[in-house]
Amino acid sequence: MGARSFGVVALAIVVAGLAVTRVLDNQYYYFAGYVVLQYVVLATAWNILGGYTGYVNFGTPAFFALGAYTAVVLIQSLKAPLAIQLVAGAIISGLLGLALGYLTLRLRGVFFSIATLALAVVLQTMFINWEYTGGARGITLVRPASAPLFGNYVQFLFVVMLGLAVLAVATAWWIERSWIGRGLTAIRDNEEAAECMGVPTLRLKLVATTVSGVLMGLAGAPFPYYVTFVEPTSVFDLNYAVNSLAMPMIGGSTTWIGPVIGAVLLGTAQQIATVTISSALNLLLVGLILVAFVILAPEGIVGLVQRLARRSRV
Amino acid sequence: MVWLDLLLNALAAGILLGGFYAAVSLGIAVAFGLLDIVNIAHPVFVMLGSYVAYGMNVRFGFDPILTGLLFTPVFYALGVLLYRVYYVSFERKGAESLRGLVFFFGVLFIVEVSLLLAFGVDYRMVEARYIGETFQIGPVGIAFRLLVPCVVGVALTGALYLFLSRTFYGRAIQAVAQDSFALRLMGANPFRVKGIAFGLAIATAALAGALLIMIGPVEPAMNREYIGRVFAVAVLGGMGSIGGTLVAAIIVGVAESLTSTFYGPSWGVAVSFGVLLLALAVRPSGLFGR
Repeated sequence: MGARSFGVVALAIVVAGLAVTRVLDNQYYYFAGYVVLQYVVLATAWNILGGYTGYVNFGTPAFFALGAYTAVVLIQSLKAPLAIQLVAGAIISGLLGLALGYLTLRLRGVFFSIATLALAVVLQTMFINWEYTGGARGITLVRPASAPLFGNYVQFLFVVMLGLAVLAVATAWWIERSWIGRGLTAIRDNEEAAECMGVPTLRLKLVATTVSGVLMGLAGAPFPYYVTFVEPTSVFDLNYAVNSLAMPMIGGSTTWIGPVIGAVLLGTAQQIATVTISSALNLLLVGLILVAFVILAPEGIVGLVQRLARRSRV
Repeated sequence: MVWLDLLLNALAAGILLGGFYAAVSLGIAVAFGLLDIVNIAHPVFVMLGSYVAYGMNVRFGFDPILTGLLFTPVFYALGVLLYRVYYVSFERKGAESLRGLVFFFGVLFIVEVSLLLAFGVDYRMVEARYIGETFQIGPVGIAFRLLVPCVVGVALTGALYLFLSRTFYGRAIQAVAQDSFALRLMGANPFRVKGIAFGLAIATAALAGALLIMIGPVEPAMNREYIGRVFAVAVLGGMGSIGGTLVAAIIVGVAESLTSTFYGPSWGVAVSFGVLLLALAVRPSGLFGR
């Protein structure tokens, strides 16, 4: 997709989202849509590190929760507006991502993944013990009654998340076409060889982990106002780790569109399953679909489509 | 001397806990240390063992350790089966590291949610006559609910050590860990040997699970805190060294017990992850690394 057509589609999606808020009144759709868009951001962010670079990150909840808790602290102390919460959440999670990037110097492959899981648990323990943000009991926050121009705050949050999703996907799209993306792919295929060929592997990995962290922090920052109740077990939920990894795996982890397809399909399916079946059962489905895809179609939906297209051409 | 009493009690509890941690970590030491299979789903199989012990205890009044022993063959078969799927889907294609990791993550999730659907989020526990007992040695109280798992855990570690070093199959497993190509040249089938080893690794989870539910009540999501713990023990112990696993387990147990006593129980979990991060960053080959 060329730069211009990508821009046009992105703009069209934002405009469509804005138009929907003028027509549709049922609040449930905004709540559900917000979650799906949040997964688009998380899956895309995960994929910049996991899909392009090949470093599997199990620590999505750590970055997401750090973004959310940054917002909680800002609301508690300063009653800061959402824009500041977003920027601060992005910076803090980005710094954690940068630190994680330096960790890749010593830890490769599996050890890196286990360390990210450890990171999430250590951070969760810290927040359980930190009384200022509610400790283990959690904290209730008051959402502003209305937002300028939108009236309803949930609709406003929906549009914010839509904007973040477009931003995340545009970032992934840009990285993929720039020299950074090619460098990251070289690291995924063979890190030693890339280093020997003069690819600045450390700098590229730092870019990937930081960008990934920033986007995950952005996804988490509006979360306190969305749920209005934040407690460690729900923001550090393993579901975020599984989903943000399953969605790119199912959609296809080598292109920017893969995580989007995965997040929209799986996210929507989960929203429907939560309402119609049960929330525990829908998680079971996610697990089964993930295992099925990783065994049978490791290239994801995008890979399947490409394979079919190639076959029909021959 | 309240402080000294506390210290002695914490040390004793930590050592006992360490014996139990060894039982939980053996499966990882074998699967990850010897076979290079990143089975992060191992703790969830331990949970499965706990719930089997719970079910047999509530339904038929079986002793948890007896259940653990009875179910080792079932878990062994489960492990062999799981390895077969893993081998066909990943190892044979040379795609084991990352996709295999994601595969086990999916397995972890499936087993955990299944347990959640079957038993709910409530804490479950078992009953046996000896669990509530304690005895005193000077100021130190020794609880049976910790002593029994420790003794069984150490016994299991010893048995596995003897098996790996003395028997034909045990040596074959060590050989496949060193050089599976050479093993094939000697006329043995690495796939079969690895299947046996992985089966054994999962089989230890049946017994470890029974010990876990004896120590305290369990709930399905508990496996996550054990992921860091077992990998911390396996890495610190030097990846596949069975004796090293026991020593590392006791170190982690004592460190956790001391932190819980002097800083509060909610920090206990973070200790093992801290140990893990430290071990990974400073000495990835572990204390007894090859």
